[in-house]
Amino acid sequence: MSPSQDPADTFRQEASDLLEGLEQALLDLEGDPGNKDLVNTAFRALHTIKGSGAMFGFDEVAAFAHEFESAFDRVRRGETAATPELIGIALNAQDFLRTQIENPDAASAVIGICILADLRKLTQSAPAALETAAPALKSEEAQKVFSVSLRFKSDVLINGANPLRFIDELRGLGEAEVTPEIAAIPALDALDPLACLMSWRVRLTTRAPRSAIEDVFMFVADDMELTIEDAAQAKPAAAEPTPNQDVAAHEAAADSAKRTPKESATIRVQAERLDSMMDRVGELVIAQARLTQLSAAGASTLGVAEEIERLTSSLRETIMGIRMLPIGSLFGRFRRLVHDLSRDLGKEIDLVTEGEETELDKTMIERLADPLIHVIRNAADHGLEPPQQRREAGKPTLGTIRLVARHAGAEVLISVSDDGRGLDTKRIRAKAEENGLIAPGAPMSESELHQLIFHPGFSTAKEVSALSGRGVGMDVVRRTIEGMRGAIEVLTEPGHGSTLTLRLPLTLAIIEGLLVRVGATHYVIPLTAVEECVELASEVDERSKGRSFLNIRGDLVPFIRLREIFCEPGRPEPHQKVVIVNQNDSRVGFVVDQILGNHQTVIKSLSKLHADAPGFSGATILGDGAVALILDTPHIIAAGQTRERRGATKHLEAA
Amino acid sequence: MNDDAQMATQALLMGIAGEVFALDARQVREILDPAPVTRVPGAKPYVANVLNVRGKVIPLADLRVRFGMEPAKLTVDSRFVVLEVELDGDPTPVGIIADKVFEVTEIDAATMQKTPPVGMHWRPEFIAGIAKWKDDFIVIPDMARILGEASE
Amino acid sequence: MKTVLTVDDSSSVRQMVKIALGGAGYGVVEAGDGAAGLAAAKANSVQLVVTDLNMPIMNGLEFIRALRQLAPYRGVPIVFLTTESDESLKRDAKAAGATAWITKPFKQDQLLNVVKKLIG
Repeated sequence: MSPSQDPADTFRQEASDLLEGLEQALLDLEGDPGNKDLVNTAFRALHTIKGSGAMFGFDEVAAFAHEFESAFDRVRRGETAATPELIGIALNAQDFLRTQIENPDAASAVIGICILADLRKLTQSAPAALETAAPALKSEEAQKVFSVSLRFKSDVLINGANPLRFIDELRGLGEAEVTPEIAAIPALDALDPLACLMSWRVRLTTRAPRSAIEDVFMFVADDMELTIEDAAQAKPAAAEPTPNQDVAAHEAAADSAKRTPKESATIRVQAERLDSMMDRVGELVIAQARLTQLSAAGASTLGVAEEIERLTSSLRETIMGIRMLPIGSLFGRFRRLVHDLSRDLGKEIDLVTEGEETELDKTMIERLADPLIHVIRNAADHGLEPPQQRREAGKPTLGTIRLVARHAGAEVLISVSDDGRGLDTKRIRAKAEENGLIAPGAPMSESELHQLIFHPGFSTAKEVSALSGRGVGMDVVRRTIEGMRGAIEVLTEPGHGSTLTLRLPLTLAIIEGLLVRVGATHYVIPLTAVEECVELASEVDERSKGRSFLNIRGDLVPFIRLREIFCEPGRPEPHQKVVIVNQNDSRVGFVVDQILGNHQTVIKSLSKLHADAPGFSGATILGDGAVALILDTPHIIAAGQTRERRGATKHLEAA
Repeated sequence: MNDDAQMATQALLMGIAGEVFALDARQVREILDPAPVTRVPGAKPYVANVLNVRGKVIPLADLRVRFGMEPAKLTVDSRFVVLEVELDGDPTPVGIIADKVFEVTEIDAATMQKTPPVGMHWRPEFIAGIAKWKDDFIVIPDMARILGEASE
Repeated sequence: MKTVLTVDDSSSVRQMVKIALGGAGYGVVEAGDGAAGLAAAKANSVQLVVTDLNMPIMNGLEFIRALRQLAPYRGVPIVFLTTESDESLKRDAKAAGATAWITKPFKQDQLLNVVKKLIG
């Protein structure tokens, strides 16, 4: 029961979800202004943010949400229409709320006031003040004696109220003499035990005001007769501050304000996934017990080992599943982006999304946000033509950007397409030549030219607009994607548009690998790259001093001796093996001393200090606790080629 | 509080190549007995290896190599000291090989000097300061510089 | 231990109830809407119910009415959460069988005061 999480964090998480819902509702409302459900959704989101915000000490958030809500209440009642103008301001208000919650220091009060003024102007609602706390009880100067008479409706017990508690509470206010009146109670056989037939008279001596007595009965005031009379005036006493809720409330607020917002990432997990995990863990514990038993008895543990292997891998899948989120949460954000782009660029843009349910690792989704924003912005800004041009080209003025996610094998493909003008290879070439990226007139294929847009030095000054210059270029997009072991493909058709496809491996954390040994060191080769394994025939080994080629069913496949590339000391072992990897449809063999087999590889990143060892995409920890490096096959191949070229040059020099 | 930190700092004292180094104890994560390491081909010679520290793969630095000496030879006294060093703004755990770990002691800032005494064979830019400890000079290394500086 | 059922579609409100009451020694059972609340009320022995009114699936009023139909819940205090402006809603909730209300936004000790007032 211990509150393991800061409630303020829960509020932030919840508010973030609610704001997302609010944004969606507002955007949908723009296309469907009369939709009651959408208005209600928006209203409810604001309502909850207001309520919870005030409770967790986000008073400014609550105050702002309150006014925002009031404006929307008028929409809800049909007094104000959800015009595009109102929605525009509401979106700004939504942004402001988000800033207030996530980054309060950046939320300027002036901006808030302006937004609210705009909202009020459109909804003509008077400024409403939020009661953030109950009004303070005024302390009375004098002690008074009240004569209080209480008579409840007979069903008060059924409705959960207990008169004795109220009387106890009265006692808490001061000195009380309580006299019950039982005249209304019938004989036992006629008695309904759930009916309250008693009444009471209380003579109360207290410093508390009359209102405090009334407050005791606030919940039952409609279900009772309550009379409070001044019985006598007691001696005046010095004023004494009455402890009241207000003070406590303020302390509570100050308390929660003191807590510094911590950056803690949380993730929501479907209960069934947790259940399935618990099941597996349960089975694992049983298998563990069996293993202990069997090994104590000296019996064969092979069966249990297999069982544990099965359980571990299914546990792994479930855990990976927990980290998977539908990409739709990310797509949702882009609707707003496209809405704003459409307005800022003066282009009509329709965003079509597909495959929102496609699941992706949570961390990948987060890392994809910025690159995708840039790609979409690019499509809107540079891909889609202005309406005039579109008309001239015989296209509908409404441009379409399609955002599609889907699984393909062990990859996720996310593509952004537009039906705009397509990439202009002539202009790209001109630009690249101007910037000195390529030699003038250098022969280049279309696709090579397209790849130039990802070059760090490629930027087109002509394209500066309000949207450009946000610091993320296409080169950064590519770097981010490659950092996730992904790739970008460009497909374009002049006059009809372009499609940019991000190809990403399904998950970051675990890969299937092939564990190999070179000398004393173990390495992991990602299994996706591995095509087959063969033995290095000794005669090939002998004569492959200068050139290293294998004959694989008639094809010549070059090979690289990892021992040499990695400067492993010692002599190669007899019976060397070759792992044939396939990279971009060309095959290369890696020569190793031993192939140990498949290995479920949990990827650990290497630190910055090893950023200059490009042959490795990470490391993993083996069963015995040793570290094995994971080969970055493209880089190893490139390194091997450089080496071979250098070797060839040396040969030439020698000759 | 800041003043206190400057007045007296808790420091871990360790020996490398006959010199006593003081590391800010707040940087030190743990001290391990030497464990098997894995060589990273192509890495800078002074961080040639990685090791597994509680499921994390961390680089192991050999300061002797960084200072232009022969690589450390492990003895029974050798320890791997795991530090958290700020590299490009990111706190990064890094192991360093110590010939011996002495003790955690308080270093009085008053005894700290900026200029190393003549005759030190350590590169001055790697040294944050010199302090006195039991009539001895001890070196306070600038770990971020030592590990972070890319150029040799 | 006295057990309180909190029915609210806002997880932060539920958590707040949990912290405020859990800290004061009450057991807290949670439900995200009226239907779930009813199921939780049947499954547990609950001494007090705190419910929101504005909820999806089964709203608070329906929930209160349904709960009062259950024999063990005749006489169990039901506290509903409301906003300052909802006077008519307050009447409706009372008519449905609610015992007391708390005006949103509320602080932990306000909630605790009401609960103590009703079940001690």
